[in-house]
Amino acid sequence: MTHSLIHWFRFASPQSFYPLAGKLVPWFWALAALTGAAGLYIGFFVAPTDAQQGEGYRIIFVHVPASWMSMFIYLVMAFWAGLGLVLNTRLSGMMAQALAPTGALMAALSLWTGALWGKPMWGAWWVWDARLTSELILFFLYIGFIALQAAIDDPRRADKAGAVLALVGVVNIPIIYFSVKWWNTLHQGSTINLNKAPSMATTMLWGMLLMALCFWMYSIAVALMRARAIILERERHTEWVKHALD
Amino acid sequence: MHWTSLQDFLAMGGYALYVWGSFGACLLLMIAEPLLVRHRLSQVRAGLRRERLAETLDQENA
Repeated sequence: MTHSLIHWFRFASPQSFYPLAGKLVPWFWALAALTGAAGLYIGFFVAPTDAQQGEGYRIIFVHVPASWMSMFIYLVMAFWAGLGLVLNTRLSGMMAQALAPTGALMAALSLWTGALWGKPMWGAWWVWDARLTSELILFFLYIGFIALQAAIDDPRRADKAGAVLALVGVVNIPIIYFSVKWWNTLHQGSTINLNKAPSMATTMLWGMLLMALCFWMYSIAVALMRARAIILERERHTEWVKHALD
Repeated sequence: MHWTSLQDFLAMGGYALYVWGSFGACLLLMIAEPLLVRHRLSQVRAGLRRERLAETLDQENA
């Protein structure tokens, strides 16, 4: 094993991850603020009015980033949970636990902004369409993961049970993502497609990408903060925690 | 810039409820969540400090 690889594994221990996360958090907040300010400026003042949806389309600047993050956070959470299950590392379970509430928040925001977009454009707050239903299931998976872990006292057992749930739930992610292709849904097709040029105006696209970056940085910052709290809670009886407070 | 006035901007072409309802909810939750997490972190820290103080007092009295 090379020296640099060992160097990286060092951060897999809660003891060395705790101060590292503390150093990183302010940087991610700064990046979230910068990209958020730029994204909102482009989204409200540069991006033109949509030909079909008027100003109502501007919901896209929060709806798409929240939806992307709700799916991506789940994948990262399941990755950590699976890693914890296989390698039995302490930090993995803590990371999965730190990500779940932020993922649930993103799923909730995706559903909320989607309802507020659906009402004026489709005439309904909610329809039992494949895309919407699978996103609702994602929200319930997050809630189930949080509730299951909260119901088990022993944190290591809670990690294992949560990991199984998280891994089983991964099957839902491609279902959400490809639902607009597989089924005839009311929800519009994907906003960005790797195989063809984006159908939206360039400034709209930039506004959306900047907002997505902002949500990304936000999620990292808040998950790192929560991971720090969880590390201290779980490692409170260890010797290093006593010296970490100074 | 295509807004003629502040009222025009706030009206969002008739979609004010939907657009501001979406952005407002995001802003609210994305401010509330970090504040709650910060509170949780400071609660843990305060608890640990109390424990440490109790330990040192125990040792002094022993």
